[in-house]
Amino acid sequence: MLASYILFFLLFLVFPLGTLIIKSVQDQNGNFIGLKNYLLYLQEPALFQSFFNSLFIAIVSTIIVVILAFSFAYALTRTCIPFKGFFRLIALIPLLSPSILAAIALVYWLGNKGVLKALLFGNSIYGPIGIILASVYWTFPHALMILSTSLSLSDSRLYEAAEVLKTSKLRAFLTITIPGARYGIISTAFVIFTQVFTDFGVPKVIGGNYNMLATDIYKEVVGMQNFQMGAVISLVLLFPSLIAFFIDQYSRKKQISLLTSRSVVFKPKKSFGVDSLMLGYCTFITVIILMMIGMAQFGALVKFWPYDLSFTLKHYQFEVAGLGWESFYNSIRLAFYTAIFGTIIIFIGSYIVEKLKSDERLRGILQLFTLMPMSVPGLVLGLSYIFYFNAKDNPINFIYATMTILVINTIVHFYTVSHLTGVTVLKQMDKEFESVSLSLKIPLYKMFWKVTLPVCLPTIFDISIYLFVNAMTTVSGVIFLYTYNTTLASVSAIHLDEQGDVAAAAAMAMLIVYVSVLVRIIHTVFTKGILRRTQAWRHDTPNAANDVTKA
Amino acid sequence: MFKTLISKHPLTSIVGVLFLALISFSTSSYGGELLVYSSTDADNLKYYMQEFQKDNPGIKVNVVRESTGTMAAKLMAEKDNPQADFLFEMAATVALNMEAQGMFHEYTPKGMDKIDQRYVDKTAPVTWVGNYGWAGCICWNRIEAEILGLPKPKSWADLANPIYKGHISMPNPASSGTGYLDVSSWIQIMGKEKAWEYMDALHKNVAVYTHSGSKPCKQAGSGEFVIGISWPGRAIKIIKAGAPIDMIIPEEGIGWEMQVVAIMAGTDNLPDAKRLMDWTLGRGMSLFGERQSIIADSSKITKDPDLPGFYDEVQAKLINNNFVWAAANKTRIVGEWKRRYDGKTEPKK
Repeated sequence: MLASYILFFLLFLVFPLGTLIIKSVQDQNGNFIGLKNYLLYLQEPALFQSFFNSLFIAIVSTIIVVILAFSFAYALTRTCIPFKGFFRLIALIPLLSPSILAAIALVYWLGNKGVLKALLFGNSIYGPIGIILASVYWTFPHALMILSTSLSLSDSRLYEAAEVLKTSKLRAFLTITIPGARYGIISTAFVIFTQVFTDFGVPKVIGGNYNMLATDIYKEVVGMQNFQMGAVISLVLLFPSLIAFFIDQYSRKKQISLLTSRSVVFKPKKSFGVDSLMLGYCTFITVIILMMIGMAQFGALVKFWPYDLSFTLKHYQFEVAGLGWESFYNSIRLAFYTAIFGTIIIFIGSYIVEKLKSDERLRGILQLFTLMPMSVPGLVLGLSYIFYFNAKDNPINFIYATMTILVINTIVHFYTVSHLTGVTVLKQMDKEFESVSLSLKIPLYKMFWKVTLPVCLPTIFDISIYLFVNAMTTVSGVIFLYTYNTTLASVSAIHLDEQGDVAAAAAMAMLIVYVSVLVRIIHTVFTKGILRRTQAWRHDTPNAANDVTKA
Repeated sequence: MFKTLISKHPLTSIVGVLFLALISFSTSSYGGELLVYSSTDADNLKYYMQEFQKDNPGIKVNVVRESTGTMAAKLMAEKDNPQADFLFEMAATVALNMEAQGMFHEYTPKGMDKIDQRYVDKTAPVTWVGNYGWAGCICWNRIEAEILGLPKPKSWADLANPIYKGHISMPNPASSGTGYLDVSSWIQIMGKEKAWEYMDALHKNVAVYTHSGSKPCKQAGSGEFVIGISWPGRAIKIIKAGAPIDMIIPEEGIGWEMQVVAIMAGTDNLPDAKRLMDWTLGRGMSLFGERQSIIADSSKITKDPDLPGFYDEVQAKLINNNFVWAAANKTRIVGEWKRRYDGKTEPKK
């Protein structure tokens, strides 16, 4: 069981990356040259600058996102504010939109000709401010997903006890809520840190001349076709994942299950002060997100921003080779396959890591593998797939240049956040469930099917939607792997932007957003019935508001 | 440990079936068709390939198009097991490296003797031919310039004037072919020392270095910056889209780079690949001429009535670019550029 997952990662992550990493000790002709490339790299004047820039941007963005997303998740799970479903849907939008859309919208709002340029007090959007704003925007839903999972399950008895003991609300928050969500907060911080640290999409389009490690890779690989140096920088980028791994290992030892078999599910109580404050906060965030997306839609519908703002639909006639509407259908296919296969593979994987008894060393290896994809930039992963799967002597090279390789690449690329979400929810379920089932001689798979799966269903649906929308918007990995009959809408938006049709790029990007929103809504309606049945245990009465599953 | 490896868990079979299912919906076949990799503009490419298929009804062309750098990286990475049959347009400075690595199939297309001989592969065996080129230019936003009271520059040298501080965007030569074209042409026009002095001064005025050669003109078009150092094809497109842009061809002359076509070594459809290569110098050349490219056969140009003087002006200003020198020295020149400007650049306020 565990072994098949290790095999999966060896095949689709470790071996491909290995073929690229080997290049870091070779010259352009493939001869072994030891550490010469590394020495060369250490002499690069931009190196330390890039490293500290990356570190600075990642730390600042992480702090902002964790605070913003934690408050938002708290409002959604622990208060009685209205419109939770709506807020959740809107908060997901940054995830639904290709990064190019955020860049276009930011420039239209805050660029030199931007409507709200005055807000920057003379600073330029092309640099650290722009990168941080855009990074916070696109990573917000990722953080929200892990944090609301970790806040959604909690034992009401703790709060009752606190109330009986006349503990203040603040103290209860600091001593019950925060420690309970600690694992989620730590995971979130490392996910966001690593994502921002390794992302090149945002700094590439809005970073100007602010150098970061990820854009350095882009310059070496795409600008100079220097794979050797690209491999060297990729290795430097892997460090955060190693650190994340050890901190994760450390924090998991301290985590205790919040949902024991004796737990009483927490239900938020009405509180006018807290609820109004949180309602205001959620509205504020929602307005910002809608402003971003609204500006992009506006940009797609005007003739020529900012000089001719009259209305037109002509930007929807995509004039690009092989990348018009057909790429749009391909993207939907990719997203659909990724969501289905990815969710099953990833959730079972997180169950194995979290619940099955197995060799500790193998489990450790698997855990390291599950955290690795996050710190591998899509560009590096995509390129390494070419080297590995296009090799003449690779027995499975027939998957190269097919939809399959795009699906696998996308699943691996977005593995970590989905896996951590799965682990977070499973961690909150008492191991006692498994012990009881064993003592009652109920086979583990029955237990999985009858208890674990139903309890985790809302999270499983979250994972599938997460994979779906990411597959719709991903560019960096698949840009090297698609071929003539598997062109993708997200790539098409990039091409439209490249050839100067910013409005058409915005139009294509908005189509992606609308499809994802639509799928999200269909998904909600479709799963509502199932959730009502499986999640009834969360509520005293069947009619009680279902906070976790409403969206 | 061994036990865990062979544990017969029911979930094992589920996962196994999934892996098989994933692998089973793979289909790939290019037989009898032509897989073309290209870095030419997507809108133009669609038109050219449609026309080629009209002229050759028996051939089905499949296209993968990426920007120059991404396409080049993909081609180089696929080198040991090439997928493409044909490379339709790649910057010469990059293509020369591919030729050196034996990635192209030998073929001398029909009509190669009739074109401008600067576009011809002079080292035997002949493996590629240039059919059109692109050059440097300045995109100038006249509306923003008027608001800011800036005088219109006439030359590259003018851009170093401190009045333009913070108003220029330029492609980064490390990530953009157009950026490298500019830098390498300045070195050829001004001489090594003068060129670096010029770039030192220019650097003080540049607000932003972009990763794409088209982006500066787009930024000028939307008024983000008054001046964008870019290339004429993009400028024309943006002007036609409604931007208040004037295209300036600097008087010192402009660097240019040709785009080449080549048959990929290892193609399984050599006859059709040869027909596409011949077509590129024949009817294809006229189509490129229609769309105001600088082409290898000036007799085939159709002048745009909206831009009557454009073609002759650009043609007259092209420098005598040494591609072989530019390709061979790219790493060194870009390295020097990075040492001077990349490491210490902070975003301008």
